[in-house]
Amino acid sequence: MTYTADEMMAVEAARRLTNDNVCFVGIGLPSVAANLARRTHAPDCVLVYESGTIGAKPTKLPLSIGDGELAETADAVVSVPEMFAYWLQAERIDVGFLGAAQIDRHGNLNSTVIGSYATPTVRLPGGGGAPEIATSVKDVFVTLRQTPRAFVEKLDFKTSRGDRVRVVVTDLGILEPRNGELTLVRLHPGVSVDAARAATGWDLAVADDLGVTEPPTRAELDALRSMETRSGAMRGGE
Amino acid sequence: MADTVTLAEAVRELVHDGDTVALEGFTHLIPNAAGHELIRQELRGLTLVRMTPDVIYDQLIGMGAARKLVFSWGGNPGVGSLHRLRDAVEHGWPAPLELEEHSHAGMAAAYAAGAANLPFGVLRGYAGNDLVAHTRVATIICPFTGEELAAVPAHRPDVGIIHAQQADRKGNVQLWGITGVQKEAVLASSRSIVTVEEIVDKLEPRPGAVVLPGWVIDAVAEVPGGARPSYAHGYYERDNDFYTAWDPISRDRDTFTSWMHEHVLGAVAA
Repeated sequence: MTYTADEMMAVEAARRLTNDNVCFVGIGLPSVAANLARRTHAPDCVLVYESGTIGAKPTKLPLSIGDGELAETADAVVSVPEMFAYWLQAERIDVGFLGAAQIDRHGNLNSTVIGSYATPTVRLPGGGGAPEIATSVKDVFVTLRQTPRAFVEKLDFKTSRGDRVRVVVTDLGILEPRNGELTLVRLHPGVSVDAARAATGWDLAVADDLGVTEPPTRAELDALRSMETRSGAMRGGE
Repeated sequence: MADTVTLAEAVRELVHDGDTVALEGFTHLIPNAAGHELIRQELRGLTLVRMTPDVIYDQLIGMGAARKLVFSWGGNPGVGSLHRLRDAVEHGWPAPLELEEHSHAGMAAAYAAGAANLPFGVLRGYAGNDLVAHTRVATIICPFTGEELAAVPAHRPDVGIIHAQQADRKGNVQLWGITGVQKEAVLASSRSIVTVEEIVDKLEPRPGAVVLPGWVIDAVAEVPGGARPSYAHGYYERDNDFYTAWDPISRDRDTFTSWMHEHVLGAVAA
């Protein structure tokens, strides 16, 4: 069964969640991965969106972190100050899924600016919840496409720190911290070490026991595609 | 008790050039109609405060209403960047924009402190990141445990503006669904304006609702659809297509300006 690199990335990110996780979910790929996990191997995984919805069970992929269906399907809806103080800061959430524009070898992330802060080349949306997610959850999972522009020797700005980053899932493979730096531990099927190195702006360490990711199963791909199709169809109909 | 007035009257009476104004809404119940009225009345030199500035702040910034933005995430949710915000920060168009940037947790703590009439909010946050060097945050020591914590100055806007589903005839306001930081934004502000979908004889209690008594609100204006293109739980859905369409409209200065003249400046105040 054929699949795209983005599908491989979403499936592998979803596999990281377990049925007893409480997961803080950002919009975009993290939301795709978390909802895929809930539809496949982790139906009881608790999804928390920073808009205040705890235990959201959306039937379609939300476009924003505050879509109405998240509130309608949630176990509880709390205010935003409560979300950040009583739930995130109080360390009731195990896993945080983050994306970013840049990552360094220590898992520090930049979602603030490209260039200098005062006169940026690109002003990005900013950190939002990321600075405290990165220091309040037990395990940070990062998902982003692996390119030399994103995987950099030195961040333009440190939006969140990387000491709780446990895994980075890219479109090429899996990186995990080993000996103090992110190390390539698995490649997705058909990807070479040279391709992963070429897509990394630092001298990428490669694990001695480098493995290959299990390709997406038919069930995983069916769940992912039906979710995306249904969302697209419903979005168009609104 | 809140006065029930038109939106145009409320803005004319309560918002002035140079004010610090917070229009809050976390994806849901964003006071877009009120933001458009600020643009129509050509307010200038505003300090705009919001956790998640989106399309309406992009419009206010692009039309030259803002001097400063206090925020934690400025983007078009699910779509990408705000091009007018980017143009102001990257190229100073139509005017330079000063930024005071926080994390969501810091903004939430600052609003809660403002609502509680405290000078600062406390949180375990801003640890080991570069924001610290560029924003208003300080380290304080817990007098009981010695723990180092972050302190953020309280938000005390001149005017807080929100949109809710309902008010009654005395100006008591009820909002439900995702209620964000709106309660804190109103209570932290010196003056407040609430636009509502409808004014009803009696507010029926709703699960998880926020109710604001009329006597903490200065003005209530009935503006059906006042949150569009965001949504009002129980009234209408989020117009996701508009958020997607905003990206190309806002990329180009001339396209943006023409769009604003046609759809906002040309429109009649509610």
